[in-house]
Amino acid sequence: MRKYFKPGVFILSTIPFLIIFYKIYFNKLGPEPVKEITHFTGEWTLIFICLTLSMTPLKRLTNLNIWISFRRMLGLFVFFYASLHLLTYIGIDYRFNLQPIIDDVLKKKYIFIGFAAWVLLLPLAITSSQMMMKLLKNNWKKLHRLIYVIAIFGALHYIWLSKTIFFRPLVYLVIILVLLALRIKIKNRNVNYG
Amino acid sequence: MKKIKYSEITPEKIYKNRRSFIKSLGYGASSLAVASIPFASQTQADDRNELTSFKDITTYNNYYEFGTSKSDPYVNSQNFKTSPWTISIEGEVEKPIKISMEEITETFVSEERIYRLRCVEGWSMVIPWMGFSLSKLLSKVNPTSKAKYVEFESVYDPEQMKGQRYPVLNWPYKEGLRIDEAMHPLTTVVTGLYGKKLPNQNGAPLRIFIPWKYGFKSAKAIVKIKFVEKMPTSSWMWASPREYGFYSNVNPNVDHPRWSQATERIIGKDIWVPRVKTLMFNGYGDEVANLYTGMDLKKYF
Repeated sequence: MRKYFKPGVFILSTIPFLIIFYKIYFNKLGPEPVKEITHFTGEWTLIFICLTLSMTPLKRLTNLNIWISFRRMLGLFVFFYASLHLLTYIGIDYRFNLQPIIDDVLKKKYIFIGFAAWVLLLPLAITSSQMMMKLLKNNWKKLHRLIYVIAIFGALHYIWLSKTIFFRPLVYLVIILVLLALRIKIKNRNVNYG
Repeated sequence: MKKIKYSEITPEKIYKNRRSFIKSLGYGASSLAVASIPFASQTQADDRNELTSFKDITTYNNYYEFGTSKSDPYVNSQNFKTSPWTISIEGEVEKPIKISMEEITETFVSEERIYRLRCVEGWSMVIPWMGFSLSKLLSKVNPTSKAKYVEFESVYDPEQMKGQRYPVLNWPYKEGLRIDEAMHPLTTVVTGLYGKKLPNQNGAPLRIFIPWKYGFKSAKAIVKIKFVEKMPTSSWMWASPREYGFYSNVNPNVDHPRWSQATERIIGKDIWVPRVKTLMFNGYGDEVANLYTGMDLKKYF
């Protein structure tokens, strides 16, 4: 039974990709398709960030180690959807026309922070293998704490692009902050328990 | 002189757009095939003048009174009551009046006016409105010498307008124009689109449309038009004065603080159609640029 969990999570994680692929192929994206793809991939990046950050608290809550075995894969899906999101913006929206993109990254804070979040994901994706984990030893854990910064950057990216105070971007920020706060508690407990 | 120029230009524009309208009707699905040749510069001009479909115009709206997502206005406005409806024209005028919607449709003949709509979010449509120049309606009252601006107030009815139950903007929605902008023949009172009565989600029963300004300047479901001495604070200026100026003329050279305004996406095109360059005054510079002679448009954004 257990051995099917991981492939199961993998298949589930590809569903958003299959949905957007289907929608592009059959032209079901509505009046502003590029925006639709951008928002869809962006939102799923945030959802996968939340899922990735949930694994450690879930392990604590349920006393089951199985959650941790999904963490790396979910993290890599964050990178996958974030890269699709970035590629949509650079490739489909701006046709690899770099001048306006560079202008945007430098001048517009929501684009800057979004781009920064993706850049920070790179070292995490590169060092995600078992081998790199062994190679980096203690530094690996330190490095991978970058996901906390990335998560907050991602939420701010969404909030800052909204025209007024919208509910949804705030929900992501709250979820992320709660997931991060749970970690502070866990740490304290660890200390307490020695 | 301004007027002559306008009457000369309009029929040609309407004629051209009628042609593309007929074209778009004829092609239907096959226009997708034509449009999917990317990078061709000829398609840019064609896309810009092709009418947006009735479906897209009436299901993809920014109308926060009915909700903040683009599909909300269509979904939430179907039972909105637009009759009876009275518009009050007041403020710095010799004799304020109240005029009913019936009287307006009887007094003023609506004609087809095909204009581009450029949203501040960076997308655009081409819409065949039905309407007449606002100046005709405003000439029913005599403004006093104090009157310098015109303020437009939309209806406030949270019972019927879901979105107004939340403080997304300071309700009721307010917009404003300088008097000469309001009196310009391109500034239109809209009563319909595609030859039909104006759908609720597009601002029924009566809205204004100012083709050279970002879409949010064109207030919907108007109940009050007020002549005032001081520059009115619009709802969006109230929400974020740094981001939304009073003039809000379409201007590719002045970015919104958070995003570029240099290009736009044409609504209804598939993902292979590239962005097109945004035009100064949304392409109506010949008609309206003289309103802003000598003004620094970066400062008065």
